Amino acid sequence: MRVPMTEYLEIDVETESWHCRRCGHYLTSARRNYKEGLLVYDRNPQEIHRPILRADVYPFTFSPDPKWCRILEFYCPQCGTQVETEYLPPGHPPTYDMEFDLEALKARMAGKNSSHKGGNPA
Amino acid sequence: MAVMNQQELLEKFLGQTPLFLGPDPDIMKEHDIAPQTDEEARALQLTTDPRVISLVRSRLQSGVNEAFEMEEQMGAAPGAKWGDLICGIYSASGDLALSSTGGVLVFSTLTQHPVKFIRKYWMNEPTVGVRPGDVFMHNDARYGNIHNTDQSIIIPVFHEGVLIAWISAIVHEGENGAVEPGGMPSAAESPYMEGLKISPLKVGENYQLKRDLVTYFQNSVREPKLQLEDMKSKLFTTLRVKQRLEEAIADYGVNAVVATLRRTLEDTKEEVKRRLREWPDGTVRTVLFADSTLRENVLVKINLTLTKTGDRLVFDFRGSSPEFMNRANNTVLASLKGMLSQLFLSFVWPDLPRNQAVFAPIELVVEPRSTLNSSYETPNAQSMMTFFPAFSAGQAAVAKFLYSSERRYTELIAPWYNMITTFIYGGITQHGETVGNLCADLNGMGGGAHETHDGEHSIAPIFAAMADIGEQEFNEEENPFMQLVSKKLMRDNQAFGKFRGGQGYQMMMTTKGSPFWGFMTTCIGSKFPSITGLFGGYACPTYPLCKVKGVNVFEEFQIHPERFSFTIEDIMNDRPFPNATYSTHHMGLQFELAKDGELYMITQGSGGGYGDVLERDPQLVMKDLEEELISPWTASEIYHVVYDPDTLRVDEEATLQERLQERQRRLQRGVPYQEFVKTWVTNEPPADLPFFGSWNDRDVIYAGGYAGMPQTKMAADAITPVMMPDPKDVRIAELEQILAQIQHGMEPSHG
Repeated sequence: MRVPMTEYLEIDVETESWHCRRCGHYLTSARRNYKEGLLVYDRNPQEIHRPILRADVYPFTFSPDPKWCRILEFYCPQCGTQVETEYLPPGHPPTYDMEFDLEALKARMAGKNSSHKGGNPA
Repeated sequence: MAVMNQQELLEKFLGQTPLFLGPDPDIMKEHDIAPQTDEEARALQLTTDPRVISLVRSRLQSGVNEAFEMEEQMGAAPGAKWGDLICGIYSASGDLALSSTGGVLVFSTLTQHPVKFIRKYWMNEPTVGVRPGDVFMHNDARYGNIHNTDQSIIIPVFHEGVLIAWISAIVHEGENGAVEPGGMPSAAESPYMEGLKISPLKVGENYQLKRDLVTYFQNSVREPKLQLEDMKSKLFTTLRVKQRLEEAIADYGVNAVVATLRRTLEDTKEEVKRRLREWPDGTVRTVLFADSTLRENVLVKINLTLTKTGDRLVFDFRGSSPEFMNRANNTVLASLKGMLSQLFLSFVWPDLPRNQAVFAPIELVVEPRSTLNSSYETPNAQSMMTFFPAFSAGQAAVAKFLYSSERRYTELIAPWYNMITTFIYGGITQHGETVGNLCADLNGMGGGAHETHDGEHSIAPIFAAMADIGEQEFNEEENPFMQLVSKKLMRDNQAFGKFRGGQGYQMMMTTKGSPFWGFMTTCIGSKFPSITGLFGGYACPTYPLCKVKGVNVFEEFQIHPERFSFTIEDIMNDRPFPNATYSTHHMGLQFELAKDGELYMITQGSGGGYGDVLERDPQLVMKDLEEELISPWTASEIYHVVYDPDTLRVDEEATLQERLQERQRRLQRGVPYQEFVKTWVTNEPPADLPFFGSWNDRDVIYAGGYAGMPQTKMAADAITPVMMPDPKDVRIAELEQILAQIQHGMEPSHG
């Protein structure tokens, strides 16, 4: 039984593993950081948030300072979906952002069927 | 034994003779509801019909909503007119049981503290006392508030001689006599530069304000008439709520009213616990970086570990930046609680009653002397610069719990834009009045992208469920400024994603016809985005302050009207006024005098993006392009849509192929995580990066790397406050270095 945990990630509670929701690719153990199963790209933020003002003239241009800020883009290694982004100073450790209690998740799902799609708005 | 007796005697003497009744730690650290009193227990026993509770609750809710409307209409402060207020009813113990539906729900959790201070210290104090007809007020955040630009009026309610409730109205008043006009000084280097610091204080008896005290307050601020008018309007607002409360007592009995207040608190707390049980158990972590103290660009880390177990939810902010001894961006812990509580009231469970019990089951862990738990000696007038990012970290973290929650009560959204992008102003108006206040554009923040659709443009502030951006023309009638461009959305000011964030608008401000007028801006996020995206979506861009000085655009309008452009991009890049100077800055502008016709230009920000840009419907991309929300470059290079530039017709097959190719490019440039971190992660912050907070261990806090300050380390449980150098001294040192290089025939290193 797979439980959708984010737009692009799900946990298979039986095999205790993280998977990509777009292609089903196995990423890593659900007891570990899902990012370990992804590809990472150190993106210059000015490639995404392009300077709107002339960068040769002005110190502030509506674009992040690449010496202060980098975008880490995390991709599924099979389908290339961008699963997560993280804005960090250069060299800052990526965040182990989701660490769910697998036993509690299993217990919660024990009474449910595999059609669970996550909680939709009431 | 004799020594012990002396010690005991001394302690007894000191206990009975406090030299100063500062903020009470027991009151300030507690945010749970008070224990049920005997009177409440009796009232609950006598009021068993839930229909009666429901009827009384609706009556009281209508009363506080009516009071909210009254204050909006009567209040003189711009903040009052735009809904930056709430009105509320408290239990006799001082718990806020019901507050107005709209307005600044941050107040819902943190205005209990001054009421509890009055109960604890003034009720039995013979020189003060609490009697029917008394009127109290406060504004000091260290006794419970957002910041001291907000002023309250608090009255006790008695029934047949027994205290049964309290009522308050609290409004963002603006001017408060601080070192800068407008009530939110970023230049304040100590609490004593932040203007009026009113501890909970009796200001009236028999529902009459004491004129000598009012005169003192008026004498301490730049807008004496506003001070008087709004103290009176808040008093009459609270009296209207009192009238509604008494009508409910007449119709249903005092026990029904007391029981309703208590039941509302207890039911809300239990319902929050029940809803928390619907979330998955686990831990979610978020980091965010405020890039400024408003005096200088530095990275101020906000580090959140959010843990949910059963019906327990713990916000743990250990590892965040230390407090700044001489900067106004510090947060009093109670203010942080208020901000986090309205995350749930506004964005997660907006169907719950508006009261402090929403936050009662939730726990906080923040180190003393963290910038999110600042000490009494530090200024806090701009606490939003740290507690807004803390809110955004919480909003992103909560979304990761909610996705797999058994039930949700709202749609998931990416983080809201979180900065008060507006102009604060001060000076002498065209009517000869001295004023200091702010424009309501701070309420025009872009909404975060939803899980099923795009975010709304300039929709509402993160701190108020319902608020207004006001009538700019009304402002201009009262003040000598004009927004030449006021509500024009900015192209490419977008947080990209499968669903994009709501965008923000440009403001081009100038002044005319005043002998003395100036502006301030107070936002972070000019070098480092102030919010994140969600689930692969991108954050908002960064936002500078743009200035054009040495020009009078009103004269230009008469001679060369064709030179003026209506976007910041065109004016700053094309430089249409030949002799003017054009410059960009971070958004921490201390009060600066402006001359007639000079331009100050800022842009409201975008809410965060949701999901992968390659999943965005190409037709939505074309719609944004047609509405000039994005550029052709963004359509093709960010969203990878192939289209006919003349007709904006999407080539579906070519777009599909282009997006498949982009996915392949991602696979080629992406590096496996374990391999990546080996080369990416450093043991410490870069030496030349001004950094404040933990790096790879939340127990070790870094501080420094700015203007010659060495990067120092300290234990997280033994934080030493940071003392920043004067930015002008920093600039002088830079210029002296350049001068020395020139004198020695060297090429200047930087300028």
